[in-house]
Amino acid sequence: MNGTTAFWYASRATGVVALLLLTAVLVLGILVSRQGRLPGLPRFAVTSLHRNISLLAVAFIAVHVLTAVLDTYVNIPILAGVVPFASSYERGWLTLGAVSFDIMLAMIITSLLRGRLNRVLWRAVHLLAYLCWPVAFAHSIGSSRDLQHGWLLDLAVGCALAVAAAVSWRLAHAARQLPRAARVAAIMARHAPAPGTRGSERTRERIAR
Amino acid sequence: MTTTEMDSPAAHPAAGPAGGLPRLLPPVPGVPEDLRAHLARYGRPPYLGGPGLLIRGAQAAGLTGRGGAAFPVHRKLAIVAGARGRKVIVANGAESEPASRKDALLLRVAPNLVLDGLQLAAEAIGASEALLYLHPGVSQEIWRALSQRAAAGTDWIDVTITEAPPRFLAGQESALVNRLGGGPALPTFVPPRVSERGLRGAATLVQNVETLAHLALIARYGPRWFRALGTGQEPGSMLTTVYQADGTSQVIEVEIGAPLRTLLASQPQAAEAQALLIGGFHGTWLPTAQAASLTLDNATLNRHGAALGAGVIAALPAGRCGLVEAARVARYLAAESAGQCGPCLNGLPRMAAGLAELAGRGHRRQVRADLERWAGPRSLITGRGACNHPDGTVRFVASALTVFAPEIALHAQGHCSTTSRRPFLPLPDGMPTTEDDWF
Amino acid sequence: MAETLRVNPINCSGHGVCAELLPELISLDEWGYPIIDPRPVPSALDLEARRTVAACPALALKLIRTDAPAPVR
Repeated sequence: MNGTTAFWYASRATGVVALLLLTAVLVLGILVSRQGRLPGLPRFAVTSLHRNISLLAVAFIAVHVLTAVLDTYVNIPILAGVVPFASSYERGWLTLGAVSFDIMLAMIITSLLRGRLNRVLWRAVHLLAYLCWPVAFAHSIGSSRDLQHGWLLDLAVGCALAVAAAVSWRLAHAARQLPRAARVAAIMARHAPAPGTRGSERTRERIAR
Repeated sequence: MTTTEMDSPAAHPAAGPAGGLPRLLPPVPGVPEDLRAHLARYGRPPYLGGPGLLIRGAQAAGLTGRGGAAFPVHRKLAIVAGARGRKVIVANGAESEPASRKDALLLRVAPNLVLDGLQLAAEAIGASEALLYLHPGVSQEIWRALSQRAAAGTDWIDVTITEAPPRFLAGQESALVNRLGGGPALPTFVPPRVSERGLRGAATLVQNVETLAHLALIARYGPRWFRALGTGQEPGSMLTTVYQADGTSQVIEVEIGAPLRTLLASQPQAAEAQALLIGGFHGTWLPTAQAASLTLDNATLNRHGAALGAGVIAALPAGRCGLVEAARVARYLAAESAGQCGPCLNGLPRMAAGLAELAGRGHRRQVRADLERWAGPRSLITGRGACNHPDGTVRFVASALTVFAPEIALHAQGHCSTTSRRPFLPLPDGMPTTEDDWF
Repeated sequence: MAETLRVNPINCSGHGVCAELLPELISLDEWGYPIIDPRPVPSALDLEARRTVAACPALALKLIRTDAPAPVR
């Protein structure tokens, strides 16, 4: 659907930027949970960037929704930004956008109130990030044909690859993670093997050397 | 003044207003506990009708907890009694220290005293729930006592028994509340203390079973009677588990402040002790020469860096290697870590490994520096966990490094002062590896 | 009204952000876990301390009023 108003262009542009920012937030969030670092930057940069870019993403999405509403070529009620099925125009795709935005708002509000909330609740809401991104991505691809060809398609594919790589990295780590109850046993086996076991032979050799 | 449970049934003065020891342990050992006999001797529990009298009595008597922390009982009672909302009382019989047998014995030979104390304290705080937390295998006499009491109508509140897993930390206050609430027996971060917010949010009074038994007697005979034994600051009697140098062990009820050497067997043909462990696995090793002149009260022991703890006293026989014993215990303590806090999870296994290396033949120089960093006076492990398991373990290891320093020097040359590597201190087999092990 | 920094060692997973933001009061041990100066936070570092508490990814760091009684373990 080709609109010619400035609002329509602004909405599409802020939408693309929002997708980029959201991709960055997810990758940074995974980096935080893995205690990873960005080369050349201190550790607090990773957490700071994650938090600040998430707020920036919300700001861009707010503009993205607002400009789409203000554009007169199609009629989109403002509620469609957060309420599913509220728009008759592209009902399905916009619903996906509203759902992902709702999840984002829940994640940010629970994070701002984190000290007062149950830890399990915060974590459960924050894990919805893994749902939020694919839904936002589907919304981006489907609600306008921008991302379906040209360099914007390359951009979209790039974002998807980045998320896929980060999530695989996270899953690989989770698979290797020992449950709490097994951690002590693992460290004991490595550092304090029982006398008479093979581990203790290795320790004795280490001493003899 | 001491009396042992294993003494021949010679005449001992009965506990009571006129008597000395024993107070908790029965005067004639080996007779199974029976509610009728208990009632004949003590009468029914003297319910006092409210918090005031029992708390004042506990305060005047100066009763402190016998579970190891020696916290003033009246203060805990007052905190819980004064709290808003529901209150819960838990009798802690989960004697998690492998070397301690006093609670198991008390629950076998005097369960009704313990249960009396539980009932009296429950009434005093206005508890709506009463629990008894026990390791499996302890509870046969308890079940019988409970059913007899139910039939006789002596109890103010019903008591529920909950099983504690066989973990060293299972009896720790917050771990206990965690377990009773349906979770694993893992310590939780304090504050809030369980006496303020414990089981399902209710103010929870947790008392060791021996403490409750003392309380049951104080309620009958009064604070002055209680103070007839013990010191001014630490009145009363306590149960100790003593490991003699000849390999035997007993549970002995002793007056607080009695000389330590009265606990130790003094048969001339028995092996002499090379060192004494005071206070169990979170306690302190002391050289025999120093320890034998001490008295059994915290005021004296604290001056020497030790404390009574849960009353375990062990004399290391001459034929055993103290380093090997210490290394075995340190390994056990490391394996029993909850694994929740970085310094404990990482530090205790490495500390145990270091001690094991010292107990071997020859060690790397690095080990001494490492152990100094972990267990020395400026320990990087003490105070950095959510409970005091790392602190207690460091105390044990640090005192072992001091007392067995000559042994360390010998081992560094590849020698040992003894030939026997037979284990002395009791340790359970196996270690926890799955989440189920904590339930 | 002085405040001290305390860490909840169960929630702490050793991210190390706190030591970067407040090196005057927090250092890391050999395993990456924070060693915190037990003395009250000097007023000059008060703002930094609050920022550090907010920055912890595990929300394990707290500022405690020191006239509250120290918890008995």
